[in-house]
Amino acid sequence: MAEYVQGIPIMRPYIDQDNQGYWDAVKNHKLVFQHCSKCDKYHHPPRPMCPSCHSQDTLEWKESSGKGIIYSFVMFTTNKMAYPAFKLPYAVVLVEMEEGVRITANTHEIEPDEVQVGLPVEVMFEELPDGQTLYRFKKREA
Amino acid sequence: MAIESIKDKTAIVGIGVIDFSTNIGRSEWYSACQCIKLAADDAGLNIYDIDGMVKNIDDGPDPSYVQKGLGIDNLTYHSESHWGTSAMMNAVQGVASGSCNYCVYYQAAHRVSGPEKSISDYRVAREVKDDSLDMIRYDFFSPFGLIGQPGYVAMMYRRYMHETGITPEQLGWIPVVDSENAAKNPNAIFFDKPITIDDYMKSKVIADPIRELDCAPKVDGAIAIIVTTPEKAKSMKQKPVIISSNAAGMAPEGQFHTSYTRDVITELPEMKNMGDELFRIAGIGPKDIKLAMLDDTFTPYVPLQLEALGFCGKGEGAAFIEGGERIRVGGELPINPDGGLIGQGRFDTTRIVEAVRQIRGTSTNQVAGADTILVASGAGGPADGLILRKA
Amino acid sequence: MTVEYNPDQKIPHPAMWGVLYKSSTPFWEGVKNKKIMLQKCKSCGNLLNPPRPMCPKCQSQENEWITAKGTGKIYSWVTFNEAPHPAFKAPYAAVLVELDEGPRIVSNMVDVKPEDLEIGMAVEVTFEDVAEDLTLPKFRKAG
Ligand SMILES: [Zn+2]
Ligand SMILES: [Zn+2]
Repeated sequence: MAEYVQGIPIMRPYIDQDNQGYWDAVKNHKLVFQHCSKCDKYHHPPRPMCPSCHSQDTLEWKESSGKGIIYSFVMFTTNKMAYPAFKLPYAVVLVEMEEGVRITANTHEIEPDEVQVGLPVEVMFEELPDGQTLYRFKKREA
Repeated sequence: MAIESIKDKTAIVGIGVIDFSTNIGRSEWYSACQCIKLAADDAGLNIYDIDGMVKNIDDGPDPSYVQKGLGIDNLTYHSESHWGTSAMMNAVQGVASGSCNYCVYYQAAHRVSGPEKSISDYRVAREVKDDSLDMIRYDFFSPFGLIGQPGYVAMMYRRYMHETGITPEQLGWIPVVDSENAAKNPNAIFFDKPITIDDYMKSKVIADPIRELDCAPKVDGAIAIIVTTPEKAKSMKQKPVIISSNAAGMAPEGQFHTSYTRDVITELPEMKNMGDELFRIAGIGPKDIKLAMLDDTFTPYVPLQLEALGFCGKGEGAAFIEGGERIRVGGELPINPDGGLIGQGRFDTTRIVEAVRQIRGTSTNQVAGADTILVASGAGGPADGLILRKA
Repeated sequence: MTVEYNPDQKIPHPAMWGVLYKSSTPFWEGVKNKKIMLQKCKSCGNLLNPPRPMCPKCQSQENEWITAKGTGKIYSWVTFNEAPHPAFKAPYAAVLVELDEGPRIVSNMVDVKPEDLEIGMAVEVTFEDVAEDLTLPKFRKAG
């Protein structure tokens, strides 16, 4: 699922100093999360300060296991709300990772009626025709 | 008439300033969190006690991001305002009304390296779509090449020269004195040594009669200020700085830097209205002010502010600044002892920070007896200001 | 001297040619027909330029349009030694003309060098087709 319509640009992430490490890792087919070494806590999306200890220099990038379960999802079925770069229908899933943080992405080879809360998934990476690298989720054995 | 109840009802207890730069290498979100943490440390306040947050719309991430960044549980008061430092008024009102106990005002703007350009491009697009009155500048000025703030101000300044006889040799004392003061302020990054009137006269005339040195350069910076009640302030770390009065001002036919439909275009009636209100609320007059923090984003506005705020008569601004003696530290009315925006870059909130340091007695360019200070922002547009005093 | 443009750059257009700004449409329609149109309040007769949706003197929203004589005096001006937009060749001047009817208008001069400009100089309107789809009101020395 989630196939692209040719000729319509896919929106790119706005990369700034706070999330650069995250997107650099994606480029190398790695999923990393921001981690405070002082509090031993993960945060996502990346942010400039640890909200627990207010430190700005204990934030590091830690590679994720890439595994999680679908926490919730949206199925786009009509043109009214969907972004035109995507072929319908497509799902956007909110995945709760083993590290405890949640991230959104599309799915890979999961039929619409298979997408459900609690489904075990793992991350995979794809190279888009426009040169950017994105991640999506496929089924995994629980 | 504004409420007198604002008088002496609030105090500044914390300031947080990051090192200014022309390429800071971090996000505005980062700087916003950083300066608020610095301000809380300065105040001796626990970050979780902050329950109010205000900012100017144009600058930096909104309170929902900053609250999330800081991990604060709740904000009982949050709002944004336009122009200059007018969000300070939201902080004052929020605390005085009891909507919050510790309100942080912040300005986090990376005007050189940050996303401001894309934001303003977006704003242009939005204004076109919204059929906004601001189209006047795009419709009626831009086709003729009257583009950009230096040009807008130059049109007014040319007329001011014609009406009062002010010369560049006189106006140049604003950047000269700013540079002398900036050389003493480590966070003022644009002058490491003072310039002379000759240097000013050699400065490139970009939009005649406006020179390069008449315009405050852009800068990356972030500042936070914490406001609470004088009662709470008593038991805090710093000697409180009392907000005697706080007011905004507008006037007929105003348009940001381009109020060309006014009968007289060489006055700042918004600033006059604001100043009258500040003095009325505080119950004092221009003679009681020991130091003025004025808006020098564009230098011609400084003599105009001196006139509008009653520090001198109409048309006397040029004589007031000439030679620099009256506006230097030790003079009759020191102006911007931190180097102003000419020395530090376009960052309006620096004026409030310097006023706080002067009243605390911790400025790097201390004015003796600086116990009552007027701060003015928004020259050439909607004005806002404060009178701050020693507790 | 007349303002010179860089032919490969688009001159900033009044929004009418891009997105409609309703209050100013009659002004720019007038310019196409080589007239300076001024908005006149139907209630109190106040003349306005640039146009706007309400009369600030009497709060009336009823207005009509009159044709200005096209004569006036220079009220102020700016000489751009650096062009703030790539369509314009520096140096050039933008002038603020006070029309004889009262309202002021931003424009450029035709055949007058920036250094010869003076506040109070009597001027009269002329119209210049600066691009295929853009006519602008400009001014020259009167008489
Ligand atoms: Zn932490
Ligand atoms: Zn009327």
